[in-house]
Amino acid sequence: MIAALRKELLLQWRTRAQAIAVFVFGATSLLLFSFAIGPNASALRQHAAGFLWLALLLSSTLTLAESFHAEMEHRALEGLLLLPTSPRAIYYGKAIANWLQLALLGIALVPITVVLYDAATPRLGSLILIILLGTAGISAPGTLYSAMTSQTTRGKQMLLPLLLFPLIVPVLLAAARATSLLILGDPMEQTASWLRLLAAFDAIYWSLCGLLFDRVVEE
Amino acid sequence: MTPNHRFPRAPYALLALGVILLLLGSYLGLFVAPPEHFMGDVQRIMYVHVPTAWNALLAMTFALVCAIAFLFRGDFRWDARMEAAIEVGVLLAFLLCCQGAIWAKPTWGVWWDWDPRLTTTAVLLFAFIGILALRRFVDDPVRRATWSAVATIIAYADVPIVYYSVTWWNSLHQLQSSPATVSKSFHLPLRMNAFAILFLMTGFIMLRARLASLRLEHELAPPPHELDAVGELA
Amino acid sequence: MESAAIEVRGLSRRYGRRWALANVTLRAERGEVVMIAGRNGSGKSTLLRVLATAIRPDAGSAAVLGYDVVRERESVRRATALLSHYSYLYEALSARENLSLIGGAIDEALARVGLAERANDAVSTFSAGMRKRLSFARVLLQRPDVALLDEPYGALDPEGFALVDEVVAELRTRGATVVIATHQIERVAAYSDRVFTLDGGRLRA
Repeated sequence: MIAALRKELLLQWRTRAQAIAVFVFGATSLLLFSFAIGPNASALRQHAAGFLWLALLLSSTLTLAESFHAEMEHRALEGLLLLPTSPRAIYYGKAIANWLQLALLGIALVPITVVLYDAATPRLGSLILIILLGTAGISAPGTLYSAMTSQTTRGKQMLLPLLLFPLIVPVLLAAARATSLLILGDPMEQTASWLRLLAAFDAIYWSLCGLLFDRVVEE
Repeated sequence: MTPNHRFPRAPYALLALGVILLLLGSYLGLFVAPPEHFMGDVQRIMYVHVPTAWNALLAMTFALVCAIAFLFRGDFRWDARMEAAIEVGVLLAFLLCCQGAIWAKPTWGVWWDWDPRLTTTAVLLFAFIGILALRRFVDDPVRRATWSAVATIIAYADVPIVYYSVTWWNSLHQLQSSPATVSKSFHLPLRMNAFAILFLMTGFIMLRARLASLRLEHELAPPPHELDAVGELA
Repeated sequence: MESAAIEVRGLSRRYGRRWALANVTLRAERGEVVMIAGRNGSGKSTLLRVLATAIRPDAGSAAVLGYDVVRERESVRRATALLSHYSYLYEALSARENLSLIGGAIDEALARVGLAERANDAVSTFSAGMRKRLSFARVLLQRPDVALLDEPYGALDPEGFALVDEVVAELRTRGATVVIATHQIERVAAYSDRVFTLDGGRLRA
């Protein structure tokens, strides 16, 4: 699994231009969302967390789809599966790499949100924890689904969001809510229960998707 | 794998029985049962809403059972049943959302309220529509069956999580308003409609699964030993 | 009794309505070089891909060194190496990085296929023939007991042809079984121990 992860990180480093493009896409979405609200400082602050997570979610489909592009170009994934490594290690290597990339993207989008929406928070540590838990929830099912959709001959771009978005409604809800509480204040100490929900989602899907990956890539 | 080519009597009998029961139950619910004293006549939608909800969940659960059975057994009959159960489940979930919106408008003054049950149904509806879309886009029957079974398991596991997340979101916002439980005197039309929809659902699933089997039979070539040939020993 | 290198019984695999392999039965002993001949679309690649566990059979059975390709997939994967018509390479990685996914004596393997000087160049700069050589290095690094070579001579120059001949000879002296699916019938027939011909997914006697 370490070897699989090393390969993923190396691939991501070689194609870092794409990661930057995805970041620009996310930042542009944040800008567009702010236009939807208009110049109303308190309304912008109110919606900042939700828009941050929407931007992250939309960008994530690009990252996830891209992560299987290199695998399918010359069927390198099949080449890996035919080595005596377990498919599960390949899945977790990929899912962790996607997770790290999405978490970095999320952290990179925070300053943009702060500037555009006037949504600063002193509790940076908690914010990073929410981003880590939330992007983990996107990455686990997202990696599995993009393994599927990258193998289809038609409708690749459409299928991934169609399958993924309904599934990660709880992640979006919990992460946006928790982030919002950080920005707007949390008088009733509710952040922890949202974090628990995220952690539960992560635990379920990181184990379930690892079990099912083998069936998705076999022919 | 080889579906029966005779005229399927059982599903049509179930459908007829379902229609008759639904008419009877709805008549009882609309004209015989007394109006509920808090919500009045609006409450009568419960006689079809609640049975639809039970059966929608039942259809989705059956799809999950089919998905697991297919992954372990590899028998395409389970794939056909799963496709049928998902399609009928999607239809029921769609009806459920419509009924929920119709109920919400006079009760809460809005078409859509963040009722955990209603929202969960909507999420489930979109998740399963996604799976039906996946099935349209994959031509190879083996991959189509395997992938939609995997997606069904993943989507089903989401149901309780969505439910809890929406419940929490709501309880932190406003007081939870949920449809009142139906009192004893209303049980007969409720039960009749529940069985009516169950029969209709079963009939439709049987017919749809038969159709799916016939299509699979067309897509998959018959085994080579039926074509001819004994393997030559080298 | 020691199990055969390859033991295939009634093997069938379909793609939709077409049977790419229909009821194929064959056997090869350990240490042999086996040639699979046949026209395009006759089922050669499908047979090799089933033996390498890249695809599952729909009917019948296949075993490599006595390991069943469905039930003992891990053992089969350990024993075999497939040279496919897919290169299995990552464009963005260098030759060395691509091979490091397998591990072993990478420099030696690169030198063996004549790519030592381009070891650190990205595969995206490689020609078709160089990619083929690199795929060969992948196979060598896996140190297979059963090497499955699909069109090993494709895209190669005359030097490359000689290289393939040498590598097959090396594998044989190492005691490995080599299965070659090819259109270079005369060239391979000169050194192979056994020939099977596929026609429309069936074995021709």
